[in-house]
Amino acid sequence: MRATEAPARLHHLVTLKVENKAGVLVRVAGLFARRGFNIFSLAVAPTADERFSRISIVVDVESAPLQQILDQLNKLIPVVEITELHPAHALEAELLLATLEVPAEALAEFEGRCSDYGARIADRSSTALTVMLAAEPGELDRFESELGRFVIHELQRTGRIGLPKLTAAR
Amino acid sequence: MELTGAQALIKSLETKGVEVIFGLPGGAILPVYDPIIDSSIRHILVRHEQGAGHAAEGYAQVTGRPGGAMVTSGPGATNIVTPLADAYMDSIPLVVITGQVASGAIGTDAFQEVDTTGITMGVTKHNWLVTDAEDIPTVIAEAFHVATTGRPGPVLVDFPKDIANAKMNWHWPDSIDLPGYRPESAPDLKAIAAAVELIRAAERPVLYVGGGMVKSDAAPALLELVALTGIPVVTTLMARGAFPDSHALHLGMPGMHGSYTAVTAMQRADLLVALGSRFDDRVTGKVSAFAPDAKVIHVDIDRAEHGKVRRPDVAIAADCRLATEALVEQLRAAPDPGAPARLAPWVAQVSAMKARFPFTYDKPSAESGSVKPQFVVEQLREANDEETILVSGVGQHQMWAAQHWRFEQPRTWVNSGGLGTMGFAVPAAIGAKVGRPDRTVWAVDGDGCFQMTAQELVTASAERIPVKIAILNNAYLGMVRQWQHMFYEERYSEVYLSPDLPDYVRWAEAMGCVGLRVTEPEEVMPAIDKANSIDDRPVVIDFRTDSMEQVYPMVAAGASNDDIIVHPSQRHLER
Repeated sequence: MRATEAPARLHHLVTLKVENKAGVLVRVAGLFARRGFNIFSLAVAPTADERFSRISIVVDVESAPLQQILDQLNKLIPVVEITELHPAHALEAELLLATLEVPAEALAEFEGRCSDYGARIADRSSTALTVMLAAEPGELDRFESELGRFVIHELQRTGRIGLPKLTAAR
Repeated sequence: MELTGAQALIKSLETKGVEVIFGLPGGAILPVYDPIIDSSIRHILVRHEQGAGHAAEGYAQVTGRPGGAMVTSGPGATNIVTPLADAYMDSIPLVVITGQVASGAIGTDAFQEVDTTGITMGVTKHNWLVTDAEDIPTVIAEAFHVATTGRPGPVLVDFPKDIANAKMNWHWPDSIDLPGYRPESAPDLKAIAAAVELIRAAERPVLYVGGGMVKSDAAPALLELVALTGIPVVTTLMARGAFPDSHALHLGMPGMHGSYTAVTAMQRADLLVALGSRFDDRVTGKVSAFAPDAKVIHVDIDRAEHGKVRRPDVAIAADCRLATEALVEQLRAAPDPGAPARLAPWVAQVSAMKARFPFTYDKPSAESGSVKPQFVVEQLREANDEETILVSGVGQHQMWAAQHWRFEQPRTWVNSGGLGTMGFAVPAAIGAKVGRPDRTVWAVDGDGCFQMTAQELVTASAERIPVKIAILNNAYLGMVRQWQHMFYEERYSEVYLSPDLPDYVRWAEAMGCVGLRVTEPEEVMPAIDKANSIDDRPVVIDFRTDSMEQVYPMVAAGASNDDIIVHPSQRHLER
C-alpha cells in the first residue's frame, strides 16, 4: 500500500496562480526537476478568471528549503502569485475514486461505512462498484485503508488542493 | 500598415535599437532573412551557430546592451544551446531568434524540427513560441524587457515559418503586460540600515564583489564605498575590472585559483559584504568551511540567490548599483570616526599578506628555454593600455589571464565564468570588437579552446573585424592535465594535443588572418607589437609555451579554502 499521508512537518502546500498559456505546467515541473526539488502531489485547474490557472503542489521541504523553492518559482515569468500554506493553516481536500469488488454479504456494512465518510457510490455493475470521496487527505488515507480488505480494481487520487483556513492566524 | 511577420520581426528589432545581429540562415528562418537586406541592422554571418551566440555574448558584455542572434530551426537551434546556457550562468542579456517549422507541422517530426522552447527552457530566463503574427511586436518587446531588466539573462523567441509569411497590422505595444514579472530595483532602506550596522561593527570586513556590480554599472559607487569605509575588496572572476587592480585595498580574485590574500582574507573575515556575487562553489570551496566567522550581507537583485548557498544575516534584494549608492548615502549621513582605527590591524594584516603572496611563477631556466604562459600575459599587459578588452576561453590560460592582467575598468574582461565553455574566446572577441570597435580586443586562448571555434576567424576576416588572438599553446588540455598531475598520479589520459598539429600559423593564414609564431621569450614582445600594428585583419599568435606549467594558487575541488596550495616558491613563507 502506498503511504499517502504527507507528514505535516515535511510537506507544504504551494498554490500558484499562473498565466493560462501553453507550456506553463512544464516550466513549473521542469524547475522542480532541474533544481532537485521533490513534488509530492500536483493538481491543475482553470480559475474563474480565464486568463489564469491554478497549480496546487504539495512540495517536499526536506529536499530543499521552502523559501528557496518559492524564490525559484517566483522567477518563472508566467507565475503571477504564490501562496504557501503551512499544513496547520490550510484547509486541504483531495478526491478519491476507486473501483472494487464488495461481496454481497458485506455490501450493507460497506454502504454504511461510505455513508459515515460521506462517500458516494457513483457506479455499479453486477460484479463491482465505484466509490467516490472528496475529503481532507488524512480522511482519504483512512478511507483508502478500509478499502484494502476488498479486491481493488483501480484506485485514483487527484492530488490535493487547498485554501487558507478562515480562522487561521497567519 | 500591413507587414509580413518577417518584416514585423525585423521592424520590432529595429524599434528596440538593435544595431547588429550575429546569425546564420536556414530553411525555417529564410523568410526573415529577406527583409534583413533592407534593414538598418548589420547582420554578421557566422560560420557556426555557436559562434553567433558567443559573439552576441561578447557584444553584450562590453556594451551593456543585449546581444542579438538569429539562427534556423533544428540543428541551428541546438547549436546555440551552449551559448544560451553560458549566458544564463553568467547573467548576460541575449535575445535569440530561432526559426521553427510551420505551425501546422510542429509535432510531426518535420525536417529540421526540434522542440526548441522545450530544449531551451532550462537555459533561458524565458522563451516564447510565436503563435500569431499579430503578437510579434508584443513578444519582441517582452523579450527585450525580460532579457535586460532584473537579473539579466538570455531569452529565446521561436518563430514558425508560416508566422513569418503571414500578414499582420503593425502596431507597437504601449506597455508590457507581464503580471508575473516584477523585477527588484530599489533597495529596502531598512535592510540598508541593518547592513550599515553590521559594517559599523565589523573589524575584519571584506567586500566580496561579483558580476552583478559590472552588470549594474556600479563601479563608481563601489569606489565611493571603499573610499568611505576603507574596507578591502575582492573581485570574482566575473567582476574583474569592477574595481581597479591598482587600488591598495584590492586583494585580487578569490576562488579555486584566486590570490592567496583574497581567499585567506575571506576565510578570516568577520563580515562579508557580497555585492552581486553568488557564493559559487569555485569561490567558496567546501561550503561548510567557507568564511566560518563571517556574518553576511548579501546584495543581489535575484532573491533566490539569498540563502541558496549561504544564509545571509542581511539580505538586500535590489539593483547592486542602487544598493551600493544607498549604503554610501547612509554611511555618509552618520560618519564613523572610529572606523580607520578599528580596521587598521585588519588592513595591515591583509596588506602584508598581499606583499608576501603575489602571483608568481618560475622564470624560464636555461635548459628549458621555454616561454612561460604567465610571461606572455604580462607582456601583453605591458604592451596594451587599460582600455584594452581582454577575452579568454576556459582553462589554465583563463586563470593566468585573470591573475596576471591588470584590470582597471569594468567591461574590459570577457570570459565564460559559470558554464566554463571551451571555445568561447574567438567568437566572444569578435562580438566584443563589434560592440567596441574603438578598443583593441585581445583574446588569450588555449590551443584546445582555439580548435573548438577557430572557424569564426573566417567571419572576422570576411567582416573586417580585427581581433587579436594569443594562443598559449602548451600542446595539452592543460587544466585537465593539471588535475591528472595533482590528483591522478600523473597518469595523463587523453589530454595531449600536439604543439604543431594543426599548424596554427598556416591555419590562421588560411582564414585570412596574419599568423605569427613565438618560440623564445625574447620574441614575445616584438610579436605583440607587430600584432598591435595590424588593424585591417585579425592576427593570431601561436605562443609555444611551457607544457608543464601549473596554475597556482589552487584549492582542490571540495577542499576547504584554508587548505589553499600556494606556488612552491612560497610554501616556506609564514602564513
